[in-house]
Amino acid sequence: MANAGIGQAVRRREDFRFLTGTGTYTDDIDRPGQVYAHIVRSPHPHAQIRRIDTAAAERASGVLAVFTHDHLAADGVGGLPCGWLVKGKGDKPMVEPPHPVLATGVVRHIGDPVAIVIAATRVQAADAAELVKIDYQMLPVVTSTAEATRPDAPRLHTDAPRNLCYDWELGDKAAVDAAFARAAHTVTLDLVNNRLVANAMEPRAAIGEYDRATGTHTLYTTSQNPHVIRLLMGAFVLHIPEHKLRVVAPDVGGGFGSKIYHYAEEALVTWAAKKVGRPVKWTADRSESFVSDAQGRDHVTSCALALDKDGKFLALRVKTVANMGGYLSTFAPAIPTYLYATLLAGLYATPAIHCEVQAVFTNTVPVDAYRGAGRPEACYLLERLVEKSARQTGIDRAEIRRRNFIPRAAMPYQTPVALQYDSGDFVANMERALKVVDYAGFAARRADSARRGRLRGIGLSTYIEACGIAPSDVAGSLGARAGLYEVAEIRFHPTGSVTVFTGTHQHGQGHETTFAQLVSEKLGIPIENVEIAHGDTAQIPFGMGTYGSRSIAVGGSAIVKAIDKIVAKGKKIAAHILEVAERDIEFKDGKFQVAGTDKAMSMGEVAFAAYVPHNYPLKELEPGLDETAFYDPKNFTFPNGCHICEVEVDRETGVVDIARFIAIDDFGTVINPMIVEGQVHGGLVQGIGQALVENCVYDGASGQLLTGSYNDYCMPRADDVPSFQVETNESAPCTHNPLGVKGCGEAGTIGAGAAVMNAVVDALATVGVTEIDMPATPHNVWRALKNAKT
Amino acid sequence: MPTVTMTVNGKKMSAECENRTLLVQFLREKQGLTGTHVGCDTTQCGACVVHIDGLPVKSCTTLAVQNEGAKIVTIEGLAKDGKLHPMQEMFREHHALQCGFCTPGMVMAAIGIVDRHKGEPTLAEKTVRHELEGNFCRCTGYHNIVKAIMAAFPLMKG
Repeated sequence: MANAGIGQAVRRREDFRFLTGTGTYTDDIDRPGQVYAHIVRSPHPHAQIRRIDTAAAERASGVLAVFTHDHLAADGVGGLPCGWLVKGKGDKPMVEPPHPVLATGVVRHIGDPVAIVIAATRVQAADAAELVKIDYQMLPVVTSTAEATRPDAPRLHTDAPRNLCYDWELGDKAAVDAAFARAAHTVTLDLVNNRLVANAMEPRAAIGEYDRATGTHTLYTTSQNPHVIRLLMGAFVLHIPEHKLRVVAPDVGGGFGSKIYHYAEEALVTWAAKKVGRPVKWTADRSESFVSDAQGRDHVTSCALALDKDGKFLALRVKTVANMGGYLSTFAPAIPTYLYATLLAGLYATPAIHCEVQAVFTNTVPVDAYRGAGRPEACYLLERLVEKSARQTGIDRAEIRRRNFIPRAAMPYQTPVALQYDSGDFVANMERALKVVDYAGFAARRADSARRGRLRGIGLSTYIEACGIAPSDVAGSLGARAGLYEVAEIRFHPTGSVTVFTGTHQHGQGHETTFAQLVSEKLGIPIENVEIAHGDTAQIPFGMGTYGSRSIAVGGSAIVKAIDKIVAKGKKIAAHILEVAERDIEFKDGKFQVAGTDKAMSMGEVAFAAYVPHNYPLKELEPGLDETAFYDPKNFTFPNGCHICEVEVDRETGVVDIARFIAIDDFGTVINPMIVEGQVHGGLVQGIGQALVENCVYDGASGQLLTGSYNDYCMPRADDVPSFQVETNESAPCTHNPLGVKGCGEAGTIGAGAAVMNAVVDALATVGVTEIDMPATPHNVWRALKNAKT
Repeated sequence: MPTVTMTVNGKKMSAECENRTLLVQFLREKQGLTGTHVGCDTTQCGACVVHIDGLPVKSCTTLAVQNEGAKIVTIEGLAKDGKLHPMQEMFREHHALQCGFCTPGMVMAAIGIVDRHKGEPTLAEKTVRHELEGNFCRCTGYHNIVKAIMAAFPLMKG
């Protein structure tokens, strides 16, 4: 047990099934009598549907049914709901256009679902789908974020003039204007935060099933949050009460945000299973994922930093246009507002900040949270701006940060953009990173690269993120339409083993190991006696799921709260059996001990007494040892850190090689350092991917998705990235949750992009290139070098 | 429909399938071997790598009927008597998997890398990274996968 508790690199218990091919992902499940669905999707970005002819498809071999919007409407099926209402300037609510499950009248993006074909086999469904004839009348197209609000841009939704969803602001505009008026230095920057595709390796899948005997619907789905899907689909789309709807998210092959949302296919298979009287399975192929999974980022931003003569930041001004795509995905409106502008203070004591965000509709796949969600966008602009400020003022890049960091002594620190940071030692993290990278030795390394004909650059980035989402009252006041607590149930079994039911969901994070470590340590029982259950609404009391690096901070805290209830009840039981007052019982290392004596009961003995209550305080206490806790966080948590990247650029080819990458992160208390480091590595590569290779591109004229497969969308491969040096600093734990944890899932992605691009700019600046947008592909770098030379 | 017969993980198996059935569909749908995964439709992600007559091959890129009489090993066939293959063991030891979806193909490809370089004294990180090009992992950032393969190399050399 000593080597399985908090802080130990326990090897993962989930690995055996994944390593032996015995995991159970949604597409691995076959239900008796199962048939297959194929979705007919729009090949056009914007078009009117004049006629749908399904006759030939219905006659095709093996086909059970073909459904369109009219069938859904006849059954009263609702549209896909949005989970967050953002109010813009003057408290004006966002425009929330209808989001039908199957398109009606108009399709608004490539991949917009129009019909569903159900057949006995997967290939029969696919073959028949080709026979569905849809007569489209093309409409003019807008895919560009920057052009969406132009007066001549085609309008997507009648109730959204200029394609504007909302025009929102945060911060003190007057204070910012005044600061700029007296600034010694003004540094400006225009940036594009490129659109990305999440690309979890498991494509989405869903199986709907209906039990006529009980009237119960079951949905197996690739979800990060099965209870949220049950709530949204049950209440808003299919009108099935929760007790008749079970949602199961079994093993899920990665999410990164893209499996948070309630998608049309989930509602379609659940609804269709009842219509055809058979379980209905749908599995996306990758091409389908590219046009139906919510995408990420896609901001166009102008920003400026005002500094005094000593390089102290006076004010930050940010104007962003954020692309929502063709419809609002479940949490889309919150991402470029409350998860973005609120992070613009970064680690700095900038006294005045003002941010304006216009969210726009375009003929593109909907955009929503993708790993980091708003926070990478905030970090990216801020750290690019800080690095540019260093160049412009001649102050060293580390020194200018040092001068502006919020000191540890200033915690808790109220930023001018709503958040209150509770903890962090920003200076220490950067100093450590500078030491590990040997910052002083950079000049010599650069000279060495130059001797080999290569341009070397170094880039810093520091970041802070608001995780542990979220205090429900705060989130509610900002427009969230749900609570954001987490739930845990600890169920002792009569002979002393434990099942822990958590409302979080793992799809790579290793909760089955980390949570078991936590429970083993807190209850003093062997880790082998702890089972973690998740992902099934029929089993788990409730939960909000896994996203925003919340699982340990909110879900782990809920587990601790349930453990506290177990221990409190255990004390009463032990006091009765040991014939002492409850206050004389101490719980330590799995034992209920009478203070100052050697009289004690083990946790297992107490559990047995609770289930076989022969000697038990039955008058005052119920038998059993099974406690549920809801934990609503008091504040967000604030993981933070410093990343440093060194690159070498080949002047002839434009290829950027990452020579070194160092990440020093403060995640508060670390439960399993091996798992935490793994989360950082993966996050870093998603950040590096955005910076160097990934880009989701729509053709401006035709609106077609040009990067609709792995042939065109460049995923980072093993030889695109280096090995990393990562460390954590646990000296400034979270002050408001019982474990001192902050969360680690998104950090790598948040910090990495800016570090890489700052390094690229630093390398290119030596030959006169001052700015370059992501991704710094060989072509883009080569072109920038060429333009600078001429 | 033709009947295809092959030896899968040491057992002879026969099933009817359409000519257009891919090997990966044959394994998953006809043989219930769902450990081999489908992550893309353009032969890039590598989640479906199996060994065909001893060589790592993307099973989405060969038809079942092309493999008549072949000896196939899938992820389910690696562990012997409950004991993991050294590559599986090193993946576990070095935390080289997170969501597990790319893992079967990754492990099968990794064994292929070591097999190709068994005769050499060492295996360079650069070689491993280059030869892993055909396999995507979105979770691990490859760092620990590379470590695991390097660690398996001396164990598999024997």
